[in-house]
Amino acid sequence: MYDGQWREWKPYVSPWDPCPPIRVKWYVVPPNQYIPFQPMNLPQFPLDEALRRGTLWPALYSPYPSRRAVKGG
Amino acid sequence: MWIYEKKLQYPVRVSKCDPRMARFLIEQYGGADGELSAALRYLNQRYTIPDKVVGLLNDIGTEEFAHLEMIATMVYKLTKDATPEMLEAAGLGPHFVNHDNALFYENAAGNPWTATYIQAKGDPIADLYEDIAAEEKARATYQWLIDMTDDVDIQDSLKFLREREIVHSLRFREAVEILKADREQKKVY
Repeated sequence: MYDGQWREWKPYVSPWDPCPPIRVKWYVVPPNQYIPFQPMNLPQFPLDEALRRGTLWPALYSPYPSRRAVKGG
Repeated sequence: MWIYEKKLQYPVRVSKCDPRMARFLIEQYGGADGELSAALRYLNQRYTIPDKVVGLLNDIGTEEFAHLEMIATMVYKLTKDATPEMLEAAGLGPHFVNHDNALFYENAAGNPWTATYIQAKGDPIADLYEDIAAEEKARATYQWLIDMTDDVDIQDSLKFLREREIVHSLRFREAVEILKADREQKKVY
């Protein structure tokens, strides 16, 4: 569903839940959690792409696809 | 002092008339983990944090004002041509009665901004950990905001702002490492 930055877990589902259960929940773990101190000379995006992504370094980039369902989905 | 550049840090385009989204976005304007709180928190902590990381708080605090401007632009565009009826339908009736179409530092539930949203404990580690937490909370808020709109232009600007929170969080983590670093220095007794 998402890329390697996403984790899933399965909440408890009771037979008496009033709403249709969501069986799998997702959360994102951005790459900053694994970089205690950024090393020198990491590869960089081209400048125009860096502006659009919000960071100069691919190693720090975290995409976020909207969870709003695509129409009809 | 500051030098002002009369442009936004990243372009803001709004392609759908949606005052409802303005009501949600105001969370990042005057909410607890919003951009105003962030800017004031860091720029205030600057004075009493060790010299090595003062510049970082200065730079990030300044950037937060650039983000505040982006959010303000989105809210303004989403509400500037809205009629009182449209604002009321979007849940902004109480806001209109109090402020007309003006922006106000309040959260999505209408609570006015308060200095209790920001902390200054004076302990460098405690303050930096608060800053890291604030960045991650702001990142999460941007995620939920992205989930609340199908306007891809607003989503684009919000995704930029979300990524900046991730970078800032890493920089604060690095600041903690800088303050811890003495441990690795060779000591001769």
